[in-house]
Amino acid sequence: MCLFQSVMNYFPEEVLEHVFDFLTSHRDRNAVSLVCKSWYSVERFSREKVFIGNCYAVNPERLIARFPRLRSLSLKGKPHFADFNLVPHDWGGHVYPWIEAMAKSGINLEELRLKRMVVSDESLELLAKSFPNFKSLVLVSCEGFTTDGLAAIASNCRFLRELDLQENEVDDRKGQWLSCFPESCTSLVSLNFACLKGEVNVAALERLVARCRNLRSLRLNHAVPLEVLQKILVQAPQLNDLGTGSFTHDPDSETYIKLKNAMKNCHSIRSLSGFLDVNGRCLPAVYPICTSLTSLNLSYAPGIFNNELIKLICHCKKIERLWVLDTIGDKGLNVVASTCKELQELRVFPSDLYGVGNAAVTEEGLVAISAGCPKLNSILYFCQQMTNAALITVAKNCPNFIRFRLCTLNPVVPDAATNQPLDEGFGAIVQSCKGLTRLSVSGLLTDQVFLYIGMYAEQLEMLSIAFAGDSDKGMLYVLNGCKKLKKLEIRDSPFGNMALLSDMGKYETMRSLWMSSCEVTLGACKTLAEKMPRLNVEIINENEAGDGEGEASFDDRHRVEKMYLYRTLVGPRTDAPDFVWTL
Amino acid sequence: MEKSGPGLETELRLGLPGGSGGEVEKNEKKRVFEEFDGCEDKAAVHKNQVVGWPPVAAFRRKNSFNGGKMYVKVSMDGAPFLRKVDLTMHKGYSELVRALEDLFGCFGIGEALKEDEENYEFVPIYEDKDGDWMLLGDVPWEMFAESCKRLRVMKRAEAKGVGLHAKDLLKGLSKEE
Repeated sequence: MCLFQSVMNYFPEEVLEHVFDFLTSHRDRNAVSLVCKSWYSVERFSREKVFIGNCYAVNPERLIARFPRLRSLSLKGKPHFADFNLVPHDWGGHVYPWIEAMAKSGINLEELRLKRMVVSDESLELLAKSFPNFKSLVLVSCEGFTTDGLAAIASNCRFLRELDLQENEVDDRKGQWLSCFPESCTSLVSLNFACLKGEVNVAALERLVARCRNLRSLRLNHAVPLEVLQKILVQAPQLNDLGTGSFTHDPDSETYIKLKNAMKNCHSIRSLSGFLDVNGRCLPAVYPICTSLTSLNLSYAPGIFNNELIKLICHCKKIERLWVLDTIGDKGLNVVASTCKELQELRVFPSDLYGVGNAAVTEEGLVAISAGCPKLNSILYFCQQMTNAALITVAKNCPNFIRFRLCTLNPVVPDAATNQPLDEGFGAIVQSCKGLTRLSVSGLLTDQVFLYIGMYAEQLEMLSIAFAGDSDKGMLYVLNGCKKLKKLEIRDSPFGNMALLSDMGKYETMRSLWMSSCEVTLGACKTLAEKMPRLNVEIINENEAGDGEGEASFDDRHRVEKMYLYRTLVGPRTDAPDFVWTL
Repeated sequence: MEKSGPGLETELRLGLPGGSGGEVEKNEKKRVFEEFDGCEDKAAVHKNQVVGWPPVAAFRRKNSFNGGKMYVKVSMDGAPFLRKVDLTMHKGYSELVRALEDLFGCFGIGEALKEDEENYEFVPIYEDKDGDWMLLGDVPWEMFAESCKRLRVMKRAEAKGVGLHAKDLLKGLSKEE
């Protein structure tokens, strides 16, 4: 026993527990639990927040057995590429078994955060009725529920503080879910229903806002008109975060003037979003708020024209996070570069999915931002074209990138100036940005870019590849080089069995690997599954569903269309649908 | 409307024997989504028609474009001015056709799309993202809505020479880019 351990063992467990209280990050707590048996034990009894990045890596029973004092659970379900329709609808990721198990075990659940999971109304009802202290529900990119499920939450969760629905597919049942919050509910701090399609009872909404004096964050859906927004702001000038619903009205009307005055009175708003339906001439009402804004999301507001957008941005000198559509243009990005000196995160989304002709943003805008915004560390950039020279300049200007995601609208477009692959440009990024943890590459790319990534991207945890590379060597460079890699997702690239099988142990150090439309065969996947029992190797076969011949007709030399593998402690999952084979 | 030009000699085509395969096709009859292995992929990639690319989340695709509305111009042969119609307001072709009939105060726009229908006055066509004029109704509604840039209600007299029933249209057309 080392000196340190013997010293620490003089402390009673309560002291250790108190020390561990200061550790808030999951990684720190995970690290601490590995030190020795007594630390593992103290840590597990004191842990209240658990994050599970892949819901199939463990199961509810193990979770509850290890962390009996669990209060807050975060779960992620489907792989990232599910966002782009690459994963069939009923692949899995159901939350019900988790809620059921926690309810049965008497877990005192207070918070549940889910991403890309299937959430049924039954699970919401069970959730609402099983946990009397339930306070916070955050659903991101989930599906499977309706407004009836929300009604159950509203009706039953007496101490609800947070109901945050981000980009979920929700069926509208035309019920009155918002009216289900009882008059006694005054505890709401955060309410976000921007993704809901249907009407809400605005009178109930106004009353709810009026009685929840601690409300800090409110994001409305498109069905809430400007007149109602005005009344709400009068009731809740203390808001920090506002998502407007519809923002269109006659700018000469009395309602609009009242809105302007209400907004002037909202001194605490730091985050603004929405404008789901907008009349640009109404935007000046928000100018007074703009001066203190740190976060602005206009990516769902295609109705704001370029010149109006630029005028708005000129007021946002303190902005740290900006999400916009590419209608902003290179010209608009130049304005951002000269105005927003505190900018840390920029996302530019495409406004025209088919990228025909309306050259929205190019490498020029990106270079301008990199030159003008010294604190920039995270970018998602959809662009018409890119050049190596621009990327090299960006790399030099911004060595602090943590996240760098570039998406050219044509996935294999070469350097716009030289017609060369974009290998050198991305190479410069990984070489310069030593803290890079997430990277998405696109454009014409050869194995060379992966050589650079393997060589330089030492902190890289997540890499997204599409239509890139020439041979297995590309994938090998990455697997051999990126020691901290956790998630690798690849589509439409010529990587095959040799790369897949070269270092099978590597996959146990990662959360998951996705490969679709690559060159891996069924035989290789079977080999991998056989040699690595602690991996689930799933093959997704949509074409064969319902075909009685199924597996028999599949030859080991057959190319696999979609493979998703992940480390797990609990073996093949029991809820896989017919078209998913766990090898 | 583009007229067929000398460039068409370089088009690769497969035609049904006895069909109009030998004749010069006007662009508006060309089909776009075809099932060739290999060459479809490259062409598809260049035309940004690949599934899931650009990688925009499905929720965002459905909700952030044009405030959820898709207004396209509709012209009708003989009408002095154009109208606009919101494609998101309709769930399918029959609803759209009814809306067009309302807009122009006429009847029978959808007749040309029906099987065995011989007497029709109008032919509804649309211009897609590639600039090609396509007959309404061949592809699934969602695919049509995403690719339609404008509509035209053409008079039958303009569409001479080729059978217009969807089934008759040549399969297996592809264009080398």
